[in-house]
Amino acid sequence: MSDAPVACGACEPGGLCGGKGLSTFKEGAWTNNPINVQMLGICSALAVTGKLENSLVMGVALIFVCVCSNLFISLLRKAIPRKIRMIAEVAIIATFVILFDQLLRAFYWPMSRQLGPYVGLIITNCIVMGRAEAFAMQKPPIISMVDGLANGLGYAVILAAIGIVRELLGFGSILGITVLSENWYTKNQLMVLAPGAFIVLGFIIALFNAMNAKKDANDAKPAGGH
Amino acid sequence: MAEISPWAILIAAIFTSNILLANFLGMCSFLACSKQINTSLGLGAAVIFVMTATVAINYGVYHGMLVPLGLKHLSFIVFIAVIAAFVQFVEMFIERFSQGLYHALGIFLPLITVNCAILGAALFMIIRNYSFIQSLGFGFGAGLGWALAILLIAGLRKKMGYSDIPKSFQGVSIVMIITGIMAMAFMGFAGMVRIQ
Repeated sequence: MSDAPVACGACEPGGLCGGKGLSTFKEGAWTNNPINVQMLGICSALAVTGKLENSLVMGVALIFVCVCSNLFISLLRKAIPRKIRMIAEVAIIATFVILFDQLLRAFYWPMSRQLGPYVGLIITNCIVMGRAEAFAMQKPPIISMVDGLANGLGYAVILAAIGIVRELLGFGSILGITVLSENWYTKNQLMVLAPGAFIVLGFIIALFNAMNAKKDANDAKPAGGH
Repeated sequence: MAEISPWAILIAAIFTSNILLANFLGMCSFLACSKQINTSLGLGAAVIFVMTATVAINYGVYHGMLVPLGLKHLSFIVFIAVIAAFVQFVEMFIERFSQGLYHALGIFLPLITVNCAILGAALFMIIRNYSFIQSLGFGFGAGLGWALAILLIAGLRKKMGYSDIPKSFQGVSIVMIITGIMAMAFMGFAGMVRIQ
């Protein structure tokens, strides 16, 4: 846990940073998970997870924006002057967010209405910006795409997890299909409202911490500690 | 939406629809800067100022430029550019004219560009169809509400330093849970006024 947020610290021992797709993937999706470890992009993780369906759409949106913007920023990384790189990155990211928003409006209007401003807020989602700045500006295009995909997936998985818990406890259903019958389960409205989101995410992070702590302990044993 | 008075919107934005506790915006800087009361006070003040001003400017840009030209779909990119430019401008301005203020607020200003509450306030203003005065009330109220929430949490986190928290819950996890409890407390204000 303690060494996680350091860029690429995790793959240093194996020396895999050169361009191996798998380690980049694992780094983004699990070891350095954007929500649980780096605490990025929490706003939308809380706001759209009242139902699993919304969480999935938001996850797809983030994967799309992350992969495309990482690819294009990486392709343009030599052409972008260092001084104005921030605004250039924001412009590229915003382009893809607008693209996704227009697609959603055209083909899936009810969902677009439900997500409201949160699709637009992907622009300020620190995950996308962080990956652009930390990875795509320095690495070649293909590996940057893998990194974008991994981080997007890591984000989408956590979103789906929160979505499942909240929809199950709040509506008694998953993806709109009733699982917990109304005969014996009283819907917990609190889970649908804001406090539920905060508390569920708090517990998910705690669980993630506990799992990592256990794994660290297991890893440390055979080596006889550090 | 034209009939709601701006005062009602202001109160609602602080309490019943708090931008942080009900709409989850501005979480990143909220988690990062809520360890110290002084820091959160400075950041809160900067957010109030920037949010009020950018909501007003973005209202002008949206209704004066984007709507007549039929460029509504560009609103995201224009808003974020306005916010970034405004923050940069304010930073240069106060650095030139007030060193004291610059040292108090200056370090927080760059952080604010990426604070999603600022962009979120502009987007809510569009979605809810506010008039100019209503937007001003909303921007100011949302900023105040955000500042209030971060101050309260900073106080609680300071106290929490003395408590014995289970190991896995330490750090962000417990902060999320107390934020949830605070959101529950703020729900007690519901019914006072209602926007949305």
